Amino acid sequence: MPQTQAAIRPAALKTKLAMDRVSMVFERDGKRTEVLNNISLDVGDGEFVCLLGPSGCGKSTLLNAMAGFLAPTGGAITVDGEVVRKPDPRRIFVFQERGVFPWLTVEGNIGFGLAKLSKGEREQRIAHYVKMVGLQGFEKAYPEELSGGMKQRVEVARALAVNPDMLLLDEPFGALDSITRLTMRGELLRIWEAERKTIIFVTHDIDEAVQLADRVVVLSARPATIQQTVNIDIAHPRDMSSPRYLELRDGIFKQIGLAHRI
Amino acid sequence: MRDDSPVRTRLLLWRPFAFTALLLLFWEAGVRYQPSHLLPGPLGVAGGIVDLVRHGLLLKYVVASLFRVTWGFALAVATAVPLGLAIGWYRRAEMAINPILQILRPISPLAWIPIAILWFGVGDLAAVFLIFVGSFFPLMLTAINAVQSVPAVYVDAGRNFGLSPAALMYRVLYPAVVPRLIVGLRITLGIAWLVVVAAEMIAVSSGLGFLIVDARNAGNRYDLVVAGMLIIGIIGLLLDLGMRSLEKVKSFRWGYSED
Repeated sequence: MPQTQAAIRPAALKTKLAMDRVSMVFERDGKRTEVLNNISLDVGDGEFVCLLGPSGCGKSTLLNAMAGFLAPTGGAITVDGEVVRKPDPRRIFVFQERGVFPWLTVEGNIGFGLAKLSKGEREQRIAHYVKMVGLQGFEKAYPEELSGGMKQRVEVARALAVNPDMLLLDEPFGALDSITRLTMRGELLRIWEAERKTIIFVTHDIDEAVQLADRVVVLSARPATIQQTVNIDIAHPRDMSSPRYLELRDGIFKQIGLAHRI
Repeated sequence: MRDDSPVRTRLLLWRPFAFTALLLLFWEAGVRYQPSHLLPGPLGVAGGIVDLVRHGLLLKYVVASLFRVTWGFALAVATAVPLGLAIGWYRRAEMAINPILQILRPISPLAWIPIAILWFGVGDLAAVFLIFVGSFFPLMLTAINAVQSVPAVYVDAGRNFGLSPAALMYRVLYPAVVPRLIVGLRITLGIAWLVVVAAEMIAVSSGLGFLIVDARNAGNRYDLVVAGMLIIGIIGLLLDLGMRSLEKVKSFRWGYSED
């Protein structure tokens, strides 16, 4: 059975990010919209957490608050015990799509956050991450010459190149075709296993969440609250037809209120 | 069936020239058949151009006009673009200044002629001022618009990588607005070229606009009038081609394709 306690995670991990009763209320033209309601969640160092919820539920807003782009109207978000007040290169946000700079080449994008390094170091770092995301031969290409999957790879490489502690990914593969999406998930896991960053990954795709995460945090419709937290206790590589995988996935389907028969 | 043979391609390439030659032929024939004084024929115009070259006036007038356009346009770019970028970035500034802009913008640059002469007298400065005024508002609006349409993801990504406000300006905002700015520059240079001709008809005694008025006033030399018009058209085309070549620069080109 899926776990329903919020705090369950491997005890060995120290807390990286802590959210304490985070709420967010937008006011626009005198209209109050409550987007996040009282969200508390701890994420361990090196953990891979998926935030799963229906479109428009506020999961992107939550991720933006973690990045420091938005200030929560209630509660607090801390990273390594420090309150998040503004964006920081230690936690890089990967956007849904079109986050790469179209005026820079692949190299220019990946090296964007490395202005402070010496030229030699920068080139070395760029070459390393070009290789990691498999874009050798495209160093001088501009984004408009790349496919959607390649652009997303550039963005992930640009994020990794500054050696952040955390990656915040906002439906990064949402705009890709289903085959490319599967490949990209595999690559993300490979990179995560190599670099052990803390990853918070927002998605509305149940399969994606169960394939990737150590822990799936299911959010309710707006205003978002944590409905359930599910530990995915299957080792990678995960067999998508194993009974345990299906059990966990179906549990979440039920929790969200979807029957998987059409 | 389509025929892509080289002969056909070469014919296609020549088609515009052939068509132009045909029109010129009709024009010349028409003028000879009915020799009214309504329009000089193409041969007369060609003779006019030769006359201008022989008197050393063609180069002199072209240079005079280009000189005024260059100064007026360059001054407008140097002031309107940074100002527009700043105003576009600070929404409150934009809200404050917008009503004034909207009133000044539809005033034809030619309506400024009396004021230009009052302030600067008859001469180069007045003409330069008119071109400046005619270029300033469209450029400023382009710059404001360009900043406001920069996708928020670029700015957020820039901030995420820890850029200072100044670095954000030149590493993100500036490259992000360049494609739109170039389009604005191209359109505005076209306007500046229109304005210089008009300004020269009134405010100075040299340049292509002056040539047209002077040729009529001093002896109804309509061959020179049409020659002047033709040269204005050709130079306008060259200016536009020059600006268009900027759009082909690789790091700018992304802004012109529908991605």
